[in-house]
Amino acid sequence: MNLQIIALLGQDGVSNGAIYALVALAIILVFSVTRVMLIPLGEFVAFSALTMAAMQAERPVLIGWLVLALAGLGALADVGLAVRGRAAWRWASLAWPAYGLALVLALAFLPLHELPMLLQAVLTLAAITPLGPLMYRLFFQPVAHVSGLLLMIIAIAVHVSLLGVGLLVFGAEGSRTAPFSEASLDLGTLSIASQTIWVLVVSLALIGGLYAMFEHTLYGKALRATALQQLGARLMGISPVLAGKVSFALGTFMCALSGVLIAPLTTLYYDSGFIISLKGFVGAIIGGLVSYPVAALGALAVGLVESFSTFWASEYKEVIVFTLILPFLLWRSLKSGGREEEH
Amino acid sequence: MAMKRMVSALAALAMGVGLVAGAQAQVKIGVVTSSTGPVALVGIPQKNSIELLPTKMGGLSVEYISLDDASNPTAAVTAFKKLVGDGVDAIIGPSGTPAAMGVIQIAAEAGVPMLAPVGGAAVVLPMTEPKKWVFKTTQNDDIIAEALVGHMKSKGVKTLGFFGLADPFGQNWLTVTTELAEKAGIKVVASERFQRQDTSVTAQSIKLISAKPDAILIAAPGSSSVLPQTTLADQKYAGQIYQTHGAALPDFLKLGGKKVEGTVLAASLMLVMDEVSDKHPSKKIAAKYIADYKAKYGAEPATFGANVYDAGLLLQATIPVAAKKAKPGTPEFRAALRDALEQIKDLPGTQGVYTMTPADHSGFDARGRELITVKDGAWRLVK
Repeated sequence: MNLQIIALLGQDGVSNGAIYALVALAIILVFSVTRVMLIPLGEFVAFSALTMAAMQAERPVLIGWLVLALAGLGALADVGLAVRGRAAWRWASLAWPAYGLALVLALAFLPLHELPMLLQAVLTLAAITPLGPLMYRLFFQPVAHVSGLLLMIIAIAVHVSLLGVGLLVFGAEGSRTAPFSEASLDLGTLSIASQTIWVLVVSLALIGGLYAMFEHTLYGKALRATALQQLGARLMGISPVLAGKVSFALGTFMCALSGVLIAPLTTLYYDSGFIISLKGFVGAIIGGLVSYPVAALGALAVGLVESFSTFWASEYKEVIVFTLILPFLLWRSLKSGGREEEH
Repeated sequence: MAMKRMVSALAALAMGVGLVAGAQAQVKIGVVTSSTGPVALVGIPQKNSIELLPTKMGGLSVEYISLDDASNPTAAVTAFKKLVGDGVDAIIGPSGTPAAMGVIQIAAEAGVPMLAPVGGAAVVLPMTEPKKWVFKTTQNDDIIAEALVGHMKSKGVKTLGFFGLADPFGQNWLTVTTELAEKAGIKVVASERFQRQDTSVTAQSIKLISAKPDAILIAAPGSSSVLPQTTLADQKYAGQIYQTHGAALPDFLKLGGKKVEGTVLAASLMLVMDEVSDKHPSKKIAAKYIADYKAKYGAEPATFGANVYDAGLLLQATIPVAAKKAKPGTPEFRAALRDALEQIKDLPGTQGVYTMTPADHSGFDARGRELITVKDGAWRLVK
């Protein structure tokens, strides 16, 4: 093993780690605001990569139908509530179905493969991001008060159903997209692929953006308040439903963006998301499900450990990566002195 | 999708009616494919190919009963039990190797010949008492590996790196290749494994490259064969890259793009139909299959479908022979059918020429594969 190999493995580990970091941050964001351990976040990574690949391969892009279906169900649920007098009817409930319809039409009639790549990416994000809030509306909002365990079971159910939908929408075969640019940066003996730089820059920008939002905007502060103390936030007039939807939307957006970023680097399948979200989860656990910076560093460490352990023992790398979680769990449980779950 | 579902519901209904009215069908053949689930890429062209199979064989009318195992070995077992209960004379399927391994015992106990269009050689090798009822309509790995190792030898390759999927497919290829390469004086200097869902195989490829092999063989089925090769290309590996017949799909060219130019692989002649000599015994049959499939479904068939078509050809050749010995629907007929399948000699199919023996239930020889390379984004015969 020489310096060049170390540099190459490091580069690989960092670019994978950046993706895991985005997923880890999304997991923490959603968990702290809504107490939902959103395992399906990984699916959004795979779905957005596959959606963009389908656009480029001139295959029909069917994901819009899922948005439309979920939006329709959400509106029906709103109608149901209004009829039973549980909530006032608001015409705004129809905004999502309208959006879904517009999306389906846009995906069906636009010359998708001829659009510039940036526009394809924007359309992909526009198609995937609504899935998060819609999912929150349908599956989590009605049961927001139940135990964390039950929420997690629902999340797993959603994950399994999404796998089935993914197979139906994208098919069993893997896809990849064209790279943003073929260029590479040469630093002496080391060449850094431009795609890696893209991943790093966008991840850092997003993390910075999140930081700015949480620290300096009203919505960001409201989200933080909800994460810290749900009841207190509610008493201050912060709607838990809105907080839930916004956190789901942000989490989904981050995952969809990482999907767009890794799509040119690797072949993704409809079921690739799970393993990505598990690795993001390891990062999130390292951050104790509360600390964003520690989780980001933890996810980076997961990427690096994965890269180097693959070099040494490619058959055991998954075992090595997931064993990482044990010392942190042990440390966390020793530190908390065996307290029961508070929720 | 909804349209397709309705059509299949109607077909099921029609089949139900047919069962009541259709005592005329003299031979019943069961088909089990994975037309849904992760193996669907393989199963769908197979299911589609059933429609192209002959409905008359040697004066006997044939009825096909098609079931889906949803890529699930347990469901394949259930489907086989159901077909055996229906009194079928032979079963074509299932689509996946794990499912096929699971149903061998059922076919053998019921005494129903089974024609498996699966890749894994383990369904017919090593030959055991239950496997006597199993016939395989795909090329065994060693037939393909022989062609590849032959090419390596002729190009003066001395050292080989192996890059395989960490599953039975990769394992079997590693065993077969190591054995054949050693015989040819080629040393396997490095062997790395990866998972289908890996998002990066950079570490493995660096390790392979640092062992400096003259050539690298990638053994992975379907689109998972692409990532290792593009990664090697990104790392500027300069040696020859070989792929197995697992890569022989249109997706390989599409996903790999420029980075898979010059790959050498061995696979069925269906990929390079135009270039194969007209004298090849399979050419006419493969051309007919492709044309029929295109006419019916408007798309090129994958080779997986051809494996089911070949199973139909094998039955077409043997059912009349068996019918001379016993009446269809009886255990004697099924035993005679099995014996006749084992005696198949020089029967051209879409993929090659079948010559079965009691020891070889796959029956392909060198005519069952062609050396193919990727040139300008298309498959080309290696001349």
